[in-house]
Amino acid sequence: MSLSLSSSLSLPLPLSNQITTTPTMGMKFLVKKARGARVGALEIALLGNNNNNNIININTPNIVISTCKGLPHFISLDLLSSIPSSILQVSNLHFTSEGVSTNTISKLGGLHQMLGLNNKYVIVSVPRDSIQSIPQFKAATKFAPSFDTPSGRLLVKPKEYVEMISCMKPNIWAALADEVPAWVSHKRNKTSVDRTLKWLDDCLALNPETGSIFGAIVGGSNLEERRRCAEEVAKRNVSGYWIGGFGLGECMDERPTLLSAIMDVLPDDKPRMICGLGLPEEILQGIAAGIDLFDTTYIYTLTLGGFALTFPLDKNGNQQNFQPSQIESDSTKINLRATAYRNDTSPILEDCSCYTCKNHTKAYINHLLNVHEMLAQTLLEIHNTHHYLMFFQVIRDAIQDGRFEKFRQTFLESRRVPFEGEAISA
Amino acid sequence: MYGRMTMSIDVRLTQIPKRKTWNTKSKSDNKNLWPPHMFHNHKGINTTVLCSAPDINPMALRFEVLARFNRARAARLTLPHFVCETPLFMPVGTQGTIKGLTNSQLEDIGCQIILGNTYHLALRPTSELLEEAGGLHKFMNWPRAMLTDSGGFQMVVSLLHLADITEKGVTFQSPVDGKPMLLTPEESIQIQNRIGADIIMALDDVVKTTITGPRIEEAMYRTLRWIDRCIEAHGRPHDQNLFGIVQGGLDPVLRDICVKGLVDRNLPGYAIGGLAGGEDKDSFWRVVAQCTGSLPEDKPRYVMGVGYPLDVVVCSALGADMYDCVYPTRTARFGTALVPEGVLKLKQRAMADDTRPIDSTCSCMVCKNYSRAYIHILVTKDAMGSQLLSYHNLYYMMQLSKDLHSSIVEGRFPKFVCDFLSKMFPEGDVPEWVCNAMEVAGIDISSCCAFPERVSNAKEVAEVAGIDISSCCAFPDRVRNAKEVAGIDISSDCTLSSSCRKHGSDIMSDEYHKLKLEMERLRNIEDALRK
Repeated sequence: MSLSLSSSLSLPLPLSNQITTTPTMGMKFLVKKARGARVGALEIALLGNNNNNNIININTPNIVISTCKGLPHFISLDLLSSIPSSILQVSNLHFTSEGVSTNTISKLGGLHQMLGLNNKYVIVSVPRDSIQSIPQFKAATKFAPSFDTPSGRLLVKPKEYVEMISCMKPNIWAALADEVPAWVSHKRNKTSVDRTLKWLDDCLALNPETGSIFGAIVGGSNLEERRRCAEEVAKRNVSGYWIGGFGLGECMDERPTLLSAIMDVLPDDKPRMICGLGLPEEILQGIAAGIDLFDTTYIYTLTLGGFALTFPLDKNGNQQNFQPSQIESDSTKINLRATAYRNDTSPILEDCSCYTCKNHTKAYINHLLNVHEMLAQTLLEIHNTHHYLMFFQVIRDAIQDGRFEKFRQTFLESRRVPFEGEAISA
Repeated sequence: MYGRMTMSIDVRLTQIPKRKTWNTKSKSDNKNLWPPHMFHNHKGINTTVLCSAPDINPMALRFEVLARFNRARAARLTLPHFVCETPLFMPVGTQGTIKGLTNSQLEDIGCQIILGNTYHLALRPTSELLEEAGGLHKFMNWPRAMLTDSGGFQMVVSLLHLADITEKGVTFQSPVDGKPMLLTPEESIQIQNRIGADIIMALDDVVKTTITGPRIEEAMYRTLRWIDRCIEAHGRPHDQNLFGIVQGGLDPVLRDICVKGLVDRNLPGYAIGGLAGGEDKDSFWRVVAQCTGSLPEDKPRYVMGVGYPLDVVVCSALGADMYDCVYPTRTARFGTALVPEGVLKLKQRAMADDTRPIDSTCSCMVCKNYSRAYIHILVTKDAMGSQLLSYHNLYYMMQLSKDLHSSIVEGRFPKFVCDFLSKMFPEGDVPEWVCNAMEVAGIDISSCCAFPERVSNAKEVAEVAGIDISSCCAFPDRVRNAKEVAGIDISSDCTLSSSCRKHGSDIMSDEYHKLKLEMERLRNIEDALRK
């Protein structure tokens, strides 16, 4: 396994092969292949302290690290550097719902300054974070979507939203969306598309002149509505696309059709980000359809549950050489709360190069979980994030070498093997 | 899995193997400094050492006083895992971790020694498991020094209702599974031997300082009886330093007996225990002053449970070296930051729009990067708020320790104390107990004090009383203590000085009588002790 990130994407892009530049502020997206799984590079210029632009290069497909109030849930700034990623998802509602005025944030100079990121990270602002800020379709009105947050339900009108954005100055921001779960009526679904388009127009009209706007695409599980929404958004002057409404109760099998319907309509030269897909299988589904960025809470969920990712990062996607302990494990991850790890003095993964695996044993993390110490979550989040980023690296390599389809098949089939064995024995 | 690991029999000579990490600075560079030369010769170190321990009992530390200012001292404390500089503050990592911080962060902050709680560690993950893993150092991969307490403190504070204390030991009811668990002095030491910290504490019988009566005396004598059992049970005297704990409540006589008893045992270091349990500050500092006054000069002195920055400064001025407290980390979890001006409550609404850093003079990671407004939205709601504030608060305590050390070494300790006090009490309203303590410590703080006449007046009274005692006392050794204790008593009693001045002579003669009685009592005790 070659896992070096630095050598990751040299992108020998011949100029004839679709190089595209998005005209909006400081963002460039280079993509190699148009259809299906694709690798690309998102270049974002951040204004440095001395006005010298700091160019951040993000290889796609990739995850956007989910954060709570701008920092990964349990990883502080000094440890953040141990994670080889530089793109963070931030929900702007976290700040205003806690009583900090947008005025204060803009006085500080925006989110970059407030979070002390020193222009080393790209901030993607998305109102929905699937943890603390959850879209509530029942309370949405024709004027504004509604979000359930720890400090109550918030209605966010486009005007307020754009105001927030212009104060916070994220590098990328998603337009407002009326996300509905898969089970709503056709009429409600249609309304959600109409509203989302209207709010996008409102946002564009207000033109906050900051960051790059990603148009929101919704439409639930309805193929027609999805296509209509994608077509309409594609007509607008946006720098990329944010695909919402997934992970809200739809069936996993209907996703590929929905996704490909959207992708067929969208121009190839703009990045596509999706919210709500997180499992490795879902990630592969998304990548196969042509998604570039994933906003996922999978790592957070695992970490809270005391799980550590352990699935093999085989370059061909083979999952069979993995010998999981049979206790509390589904062969893709281990539950470190299990008593089996009580005196296990090996790291989570022997060949993992993350801070956690370099420094601590399973026995220690098991003890920390046992006594409810928050360091457990910190260590687990570092490992899980690191492992998932490496998984994306392996996928990018596979796409680069043109063997993604094979990788995906091998991965999915060999991952199923332990469960088939269980089914037989049961 | 454990089969592969070789148990290190002699931690003293074995450096904990370290894996490489990203952001840690060069870790312990004390490889060449260990084992200390105390068993061989003293010439290896080229710094002038004012005093160091005699080589009688086996001990795994070297304590070298580098500089003094009156009672205050700055020293180098060489422990099996790290060379520390005193005065130092030790953050508490009850269950094998400082809440929310990684080891690399602790090293960045400058923590030299961290504390583990025997009681908690014995319950989870159990000392046997820790031994199997090669000690707590290896288990949590902490390369620097470590101290474990004996479990005695848990008797007084949180878990008193779960404990039953007899001559044999303490019976706890396990909060994990409800089973009774007998902790004898032997058991406590054995557990601590298995945990393998650099410094281990003797099991003491701790009582709340707020109670009175014969229980205090019983506890003090029991502590003395238990120390012998602890020394007897100590299986690794060459790798671990057993510290004795001075008990005796607020009674100077009992404290004195205890100090004497412990000093006779010639331990590697001494702790002043039983304090910070709700007593008034005036009694607190007097006990510290009395104990530091009579503990040997060449051994480290550790005041247990002290963690307010002001207390640390006062105790250091009185000659203490080590402190531990959960205060900086606990208060952080409740949303309070330590700043030179006192504390900053980040939960307050006003913080929401405050764009300044927590402390503009602080150079920690948190203060360099974040505004109060940002910390405000995190505190008490997200784990990250606790992490960041703990980081800042510990950094503050470490910085304070460092400043204390360097100001003593550089001979500007009084100035440091004055600066510290004038920042914390800009109005000059320095609490009286601080003024009194500084008087004893021989530090002139009149420049930052609003009522200098009060201090000088108290001094006068003390002096008068002091001279009188020494002239009428047969045992000069004991006199110093008695004088101190008694002298200070007066100064606090006649504090509201205007009235004191008017009826100065009356009060003084009253006090003189009291003192005489006190001396009488002391001498009786002394006689009894001699017999």
